[in-house]
Amino acid sequence: MKLKEIIEKLQLRVITAQGGFETEVTGGYTSDLLSDVMANSQKGNIWITLQTHQNIIAVAKLKELSGIVLVKGREPDEETTNKAEEEKIPLLSSKESAFSITGKLYKLISEKKIDA
Amino acid sequence: MEPENGFIQEFKVKGGDFSKAGSISTEIKEILQEVGIDSSIIRRVAIASYEAEMNMVMYSRKGEVSFILDSVKILIKTSDEGPGIEDIDKAMQEGFSTATDEMREMGFGAGMGLPNIKKHSDEFKITSEIGKGTNLSITFYLEQQNKQ
Repeated sequence: MKLKEIIEKLQLRVITAQGGFETEVTGGYTSDLLSDVMANSQKGNIWITLQTHQNIIAVAKLKELSGIVLVKGREPDEETTNKAEEEKIPLLSSKESAFSITGKLYKLISEKKIDA
Repeated sequence: MEPENGFIQEFKVKGGDFSKAGSISTEIKEILQEVGIDSSIIRRVAIASYEAEMNMVMYSRKGEVSFILDSVKILIKTSDEGPGIEDIDKAMQEGFSTATDEMREMGFGAGMGLPNIKKHSDEFKITSEIGKGTNLSITFYLEQQNKQ
């Protein structure tokens, strides 16, 4: 499923998307522990988190994640946005909680898989 | 056996510099991708090198990372000037951490760093001296049959 479809359907706010909206999202990973995301997320996953500091971009880049969704309307630190632009990691935000956005994303991706 | 055509690169780490944190691991990963190393090995190297790099950023004053690639293995050696680790056995336990509240708020300090390095590498050696620093030696074999 393409990133742009997820942005539309989950009504995510785009903070920056230098990398474009055509990235293929392979699934999602929800966690606020960076070591956990490093060890367990998969390439192409979209990462749902409440962490807003710049180190999330390094993790997303290393793991080749398709984007980051900040929950509960949290705003990224300025360095985070700058780094996301530099590294072309799509940075998105949602007013909803991690639980709710993860549930919706799970449903969306599962349905898409059944359709295909 | 001393394999030929070894590739060595050294990196410097500045303690407390979160703005550069992860850049060494990214560079190592890019080198491995360029040489065409198997992606499952790159994944393991990236996890281990990131954890080692973050440990130095979080705890040390400064440190060095040597990245060595030869025909048999990938070797990552780190040495830092820092507080050292009091009880290595404890530090190797999942969930044990001496991270500050501030680090924990940032999503570090889950006590997964050293265990993750060990888990994802083929060989892992750690030595530490209180008040001096910590040294890691992390090896990944390119062919699994070379694993000891």
